[in-house]
Amino acid sequence: MNKKLKLATTSLAGCFGCHMSLLDLDERLLALVEHVEFDRSPLTDKKHLDHCDLGLIEGGVCNAENVEVLKDFRQHCDILIAMGACAINGGIPAMRNHFTLEECLKESYLDGIGITHPQIPNDAELPPLLNQVHPLQEVVKIDYFLPGCPLSADAIWHFFQALLQHKTADLSYTALHYD
Amino acid sequence: MNNTLCIDSQDISFESGQSIMQAACAAGVFIPHLCFHPDISPHGSCRLCMVQVDGRLLPACTTPAMAGQKIENNTDSLNAQRRLVTQMLFVEGDHICPGCEKTGNCQLQAVAYFLGLLEPGLPQMYPTRNIDASHADVLLDFNRCILCELCVRASREMDGKNVFAIGGRGQHAHIVINATSGRLKDSALSIEDRAVDVCPVGALMKKHQAYQKPIGQRFYDQNPIDQKGDANSHQRGEKT
Repeated sequence: MNKKLKLATTSLAGCFGCHMSLLDLDERLLALVEHVEFDRSPLTDKKHLDHCDLGLIEGGVCNAENVEVLKDFRQHCDILIAMGACAINGGIPAMRNHFTLEECLKESYLDGIGITHPQIPNDAELPPLLNQVHPLQEVVKIDYFLPGCPLSADAIWHFFQALLQHKTADLSYTALHYD
Repeated sequence: MNNTLCIDSQDISFESGQSIMQAACAAGVFIPHLCFHPDISPHGSCRLCMVQVDGRLLPACTTPAMAGQKIENNTDSLNAQRRLVTQMLFVEGDHICPGCEKTGNCQLQAVAYFLGLLEPGLPQMYPTRNIDASHADVLLDFNRCILCELCVRASREMDGKNVFAIGGRGQHAHIVINATSGRLKDSALSIEDRAVDVCPVGALMKKHQAYQKPIGQRFYDQNPIDQKGDANSHQRGEKT
């Protein structure tokens, strides 16, 4: 039996929708783990990243920690895949790029409707926000892109099937969508 | 040979006065396009319909069909150029498909699907443009406008109103509205105008009609644009 591929996944400025699609593989997950072993991932709760064959990244880059994690993934993963709309073009979080960071923070924590104790969070453990949200490929080289919001479980499955046969995934018409 | 041309090894006949695009549409040959509409005079601005005509790169929508033309259309090289043009349209505007009511019925998105576009390929520009929601029935989101001028031409040629024009140059080019205030509510635009229907993207949209069809039943959900045709050319009222 061939050695299993090591796979790491993470969610940066995303909503975990793409990871839900990963779980939507349902019973196909059992077939997948015959060929793939999960390293760092929200599914394993492993915090440290070892060398991996594959890195699947959900979400864009919105803060300093996202940059650090993304660079760590690039350093440790042979193939890095941008998974979903936010990773590819910033997605919904990038809609804040129309506003300054100050405007966003004021609206969220000071002036917004229903705020009872207005204050901008500044705990030292919180990673500093970037002025704008960026897609992954503006920070590191990305090897493959899987669009969708979220991408479908079928698209993920098709991607892995192609990969395990050493082919490039060619998404079917209904598996390729941006929404 | 008379009134016959050849697109990708397929002979098609045409009528005198037709453009290559009109001849191709009549013969059921798909040439990707965004600024072309069969009922409106051609504009040649989106550059997606560029084809090789006897070795020369020309827009199919403004080039007359001529007997004996040898035309390359659906080739790897031309589709690579079209992918780049489509990527430029995506990154210079604000095309966040998950947050747009036009998604599933959008021709920019459908052309990108047809071309197999997976990623923007270029740095996102994230422009900050306005939205004109002043009109009771019609919304204009400048962030999604691709400057195809279909609304400009439809308003002038079909509605006889001249509601729209393009102002500014280069990346500052934008739709301007024919009203002293510059706002839609003070213009002559009505929800019945063809100018509202022809927008290929989510820039000009009728209000209160978003998300009426579930995912899976939208215009481009099951079949690609080369089979479905243009959402904005289909019978009015059926496209959303």
